[in-house]
Amino acid sequence: MTKPRAVIFSGYGLNTEDETKSVFESVGADADIVHINDVVSRPAILARAQIAVFPGGFSYGDHTGSGKAYGTMLRRKLGRELERFLARNTLAIGICNGFQILTSAGLLPGALVGNDGGRYLCRWVDLKVVGKSPWLEGIETLSVPIAHGEGKYVAPKSELDEIEKKGNVALTYVEGEISRHFALPHNPNGASRDIAGVTSHGGRVLGLMPHPERAVRFTQLPHWTYLRERYIRDGADMPAAGPGLTMFRNAVRYFA
Amino acid sequence: MMPLMAARVTVGAKVDDARSRTYLRTLKALLPKSKLKEISVVASYTIDAKLTRTELKRLAECLTDPKTEISSLVGVCAPKRYAYAIEIGFHPGVTDNVGRTAREMIELALGKKLAGGEGVYSSRFIFLIGALSRREAEAIARELHNPLIERVDLYRQGEPVPVRVPKVALSGRAGVEKVDLEVSDKELQRIGKEGIVSPDGSRRGPLALSMSAMKTIQAHFHALGRKPTDIELESIAQTWSEHCKHTIFADPIDEIEEGIYKRYIKGATERIRKAKGKNDFCISVFKDNSGGIRFDEKHLVTHKVETHNSPSALDPFGGAITGVVGVNRDCLGFGLGAKPIANIYGFCVADPADDRSFFRDKEKLQPLLPARRILEGVVRGINSGGNESGIPTPLGFVATDPRYRGKPLVFAGTVGLMPLRSRGRILHKKSARPGDLVVVAGGRVGLDGIHGATFSSEALASGSPATAVQIGDPITQKKLSDALIREARDLGLYTSITDNGAGGISCSVAEMAKESGGCEVDIDRVPLKYQGLSPWQVWISESQERMTLSVPKKNWQKLKKLFERHGVEAAAIGEFTRSGRCVVRARRKVIMDLSMDFLHDGRPVERLRTKKVVRKHVEPTRKERGIELDKTLLILLARPNVGSTAFIAEQYDHEVQGTSVTKPLSGKGRVHVDAAVLRPLHESDRGIVLSHGFAPWYSDIDTYAMAAASIDIAVRNALAAGAARDRIAILDNFCWSTSNTPERLYELKRAARAVYDIAVGYGTPYISGKDSMYNDFRGFSERGEAVHIAAPPTLLISAIAVIDDVRQIQTPDFKMAGDFVYILGETNDELGGSEYFATLGKVGNAVPRVQTAKNRRTYDALTRSIARGHIASALSIGRGGLCVALAKAAIGGQLGADVSLARLPGAARSADSLLFSESLGRVLVSVRPHTTADFERHMKGIACSYLGVVGGERLRVELHKRSFTLPVRVLSGAYRKPFRDW
Repeated sequence: MTKPRAVIFSGYGLNTEDETKSVFESVGADADIVHINDVVSRPAILARAQIAVFPGGFSYGDHTGSGKAYGTMLRRKLGRELERFLARNTLAIGICNGFQILTSAGLLPGALVGNDGGRYLCRWVDLKVVGKSPWLEGIETLSVPIAHGEGKYVAPKSELDEIEKKGNVALTYVEGEISRHFALPHNPNGASRDIAGVTSHGGRVLGLMPHPERAVRFTQLPHWTYLRERYIRDGADMPAAGPGLTMFRNAVRYFA
Repeated sequence: MMPLMAARVTVGAKVDDARSRTYLRTLKALLPKSKLKEISVVASYTIDAKLTRTELKRLAECLTDPKTEISSLVGVCAPKRYAYAIEIGFHPGVTDNVGRTAREMIELALGKKLAGGEGVYSSRFIFLIGALSRREAEAIARELHNPLIERVDLYRQGEPVPVRVPKVALSGRAGVEKVDLEVSDKELQRIGKEGIVSPDGSRRGPLALSMSAMKTIQAHFHALGRKPTDIELESIAQTWSEHCKHTIFADPIDEIEEGIYKRYIKGATERIRKAKGKNDFCISVFKDNSGGIRFDEKHLVTHKVETHNSPSALDPFGGAITGVVGVNRDCLGFGLGAKPIANIYGFCVADPADDRSFFRDKEKLQPLLPARRILEGVVRGINSGGNESGIPTPLGFVATDPRYRGKPLVFAGTVGLMPLRSRGRILHKKSARPGDLVVVAGGRVGLDGIHGATFSSEALASGSPATAVQIGDPITQKKLSDALIREARDLGLYTSITDNGAGGISCSVAEMAKESGGCEVDIDRVPLKYQGLSPWQVWISESQERMTLSVPKKNWQKLKKLFERHGVEAAAIGEFTRSGRCVVRARRKVIMDLSMDFLHDGRPVERLRTKKVVRKHVEPTRKERGIELDKTLLILLARPNVGSTAFIAEQYDHEVQGTSVTKPLSGKGRVHVDAAVLRPLHESDRGIVLSHGFAPWYSDIDTYAMAAASIDIAVRNALAAGAARDRIAILDNFCWSTSNTPERLYELKRAARAVYDIAVGYGTPYISGKDSMYNDFRGFSERGEAVHIAAPPTLLISAIAVIDDVRQIQTPDFKMAGDFVYILGETNDELGGSEYFATLGKVGNAVPRVQTAKNRRTYDALTRSIARGHIASALSIGRGGLCVALAKAAIGGQLGADVSLARLPGAARSADSLLFSESLGRVLVSVRPHTTADFERHMKGIACSYLGVVGGERLRVELHKRSFTLPVRVLSGAYRKPFRDW
């Protein structure tokens, strides 16, 4: 199996590169954290990669709108290179701020605006896979955390209808194990039609607000000390992996 | 101001805007009678630059997301009908992070840099829709802005809305003045207290130098046969300040010649480390910006906790955000740089429902912000500082007392991780060498924070910068942090590094110069935000997001390029030397030339004297204590010192970095935890436990008891989460008030004694600490009477411990019906200073005492019991006592329990003592049923008692002759009450 190479973008306040790199490496990818200015000066970095990752963070502090400044820079300075990259059979993912960046740069439909609750929110959510994407192969539901202030997915009705029809809605917030356990509303931010993630390029580009890279171990679950008691009393071993890991395995397997 | 040149772009939402709805909700709650119907918020960017029409159109496009926003270049994007428009923008010179990003975006869109004097400034318009009077609009405007840092303008619909440019315009002389110290004693004292006289006759703000310090300086320059320059005097004042030298902890006090710090804090640590021998885990304590302990064979972890109290009183948001990014730099500045992996916070505030008004001036023109806005602001500040930096915030607390109304205490701490070695270099060691360049990297320098805590209304005149407060800029710092920790550190490009905090480069450069033996700085090379600063201002400015590095000359170009790639500004401003002197030049002339010895060690020792105080309080009467127990429990749960502050925990990212093992809210019912567990390395189950302890209410009775309790609580909180006692390290943060009085110094000495006794008793070394000695407010009441509000003496103890396996840790919530409930530790009649007595309006006298010998055995037994697999939940019993602890475990698990408190170990007998006494050393646990026999065998000889069984939907508590039952649903409702609408 060839080892795919993931390029994880960094700089200007992106901040989840380290954990994203660790997860990619743990499932067998080569992963490099690269400053966007380095990609601009050496576009060959992108030409050699199979996976482009726009991780979470607070690029430009969300000032003037989340993802706007980084997205503008991406479009202006690397627009053509990204087009070329995606013309090959590659994968890309935008997580949280990375999702906001990709919608701002025009690589994904729709936009992300302020949460209905009016402030930043960090909690776990339950997701249902509704679209097709190599990233989501074999996954039906998964629970992962969110942490964002501007995560409400919006688009005009006609556009929402169209992305739904085209199957570009990848993930929706649903009531599931976590929201039931903690008695929390299933949709954390008021996203239109409960949309948590969307795709383009036939599913190869995925953008999502939740953070699968923060849900790769059992002990990251918000109720794992409760689940532990059930395992102990059933005489069973605790699992090691968390629900988010499969997405990263899928990405590596895509290039096998 | 040049308004003719300036253009304005306003950007409004064209989709439903949550921000506007949040404003509306807040304002409706505050002004329930107003006819405010709707609010529309519009962002505004003022561009003070020579641009063509096409360029302006292009930049408007780049500031607007066409999918969700509309923009206007001509008028302001206003709703069709509104009563008033409020524009809020910053005063000149206040850090404008949004403006800075907008500038970068504009430069990107235009493909060119704006010129030196040109600028981009952000502001916001809030349109009020509904039949409002001007008075109501003014009240709303007051609520929405802070006059210290922001200006506000109010326009009725139809009125022209001029473009305002908050450009800094400095007038006056930007030179160096000589200061005559051959003056009368009276004048000498005035210089020390009120500052150097400027040429216009005004004073520059306090040097905070005592008479004996001023005399020492006078004699020093007399012997040199010259007058000091202003920069020399300001520099000495910074270096000798309480803030930098911790004079009260350092100076002799009564019979303690070596001072409190050396005897009690350092003394405890030295003794504990010696006793630990081979098991000593301390690596770098008390000598660096943070303390460092061993994590595993390859890594160490650091911890540091700071306070940012005075700035938070003036601008809660700016004060708190600066607190976080500031303490982050204490992590980046540890050794050659540690990576921040967790932030913690603590807010000691007045109950936000406290509606007393206070003023700084007799004329009542300068009101203190309302208690509610102080809490709102500090919460937002930590949110912005932590979230934007990508550092998780897994733990924090809110404590309330009416005496925090004058000045809140805002604690911010940062834990760091660092490899022990990189390319053969030991990373926790550093030393600037003679010949290395002095490099400053990060933000630029303005007048921010000069004589920071001094409040002056003159500072608010138009065109003059608001200098009283700084506002942190997490993004500039994140870029700097990435450049340092991801690349420069491991390339070995610098030999030493430190943070620019209090005193700015005057302190950081002079401090690092101790390593080489001197320095020479060219002040003209320091990058400035705007022109017109005097050299002394550049030297002591506390502008944020800056680190000072020592860089070997051969590495400078490489480092400079690395910084440029990361979008970080850096400048070489001088050289470290071995001359024994600290020399500063401006326009090639020497303006400061002080011997390092005098600068660092010339401060005269002040002998401190204490005077014994004994505080006696009225006990509540038997009748007052004849309360209904269940009602009291519900009252306690709904008090802000006990109840849920979930709205804070959930707006702080505690998942970033993927290290979270416990969450700040635990269990189905999401109760607050008192400890956090992290797993910092992707490949290892080894973990870190963090916790805190504080008990300022006990200071009313005895500060020894207060300090002892704070340590016990911190240690016990860590233990209950799964840390072992002998692997816990602690940090001390003293926040005192009126520290110039012998009585308060007596109380300080007593607290310090406890700090020694209890730490030695538990074997928990101190690794770092900080103090803030004057948390006093002197001002005026609503009726114009002079008031003095002194914060209760407060000690925050923060604990950090390494654990081998995070899969063994514990959380406080009940887990399974059928589990058995036990209490460890003794319950005594110790209601003095309790939350329960506070509900009766009393203090009492029987304050909880710590028995380290007994507690050690209990704690070690608990650690072994957790390792043997007995325990399903553990909660350290704290504020509100056992009954509140039972309720919290039940709320957390959303599971009831049936317990009897008839046979508790200890001397407590009365019902209210059994329930609400805050006796220390106690832990509430639930035990896995199949392990009960082994658990009980294991607890032989320990104060431990069976209480009952977990299960059902109710908490039933039985005492000698009484009992009560409350549904978990009702308990949960009470617990969530205090901040329900936040």
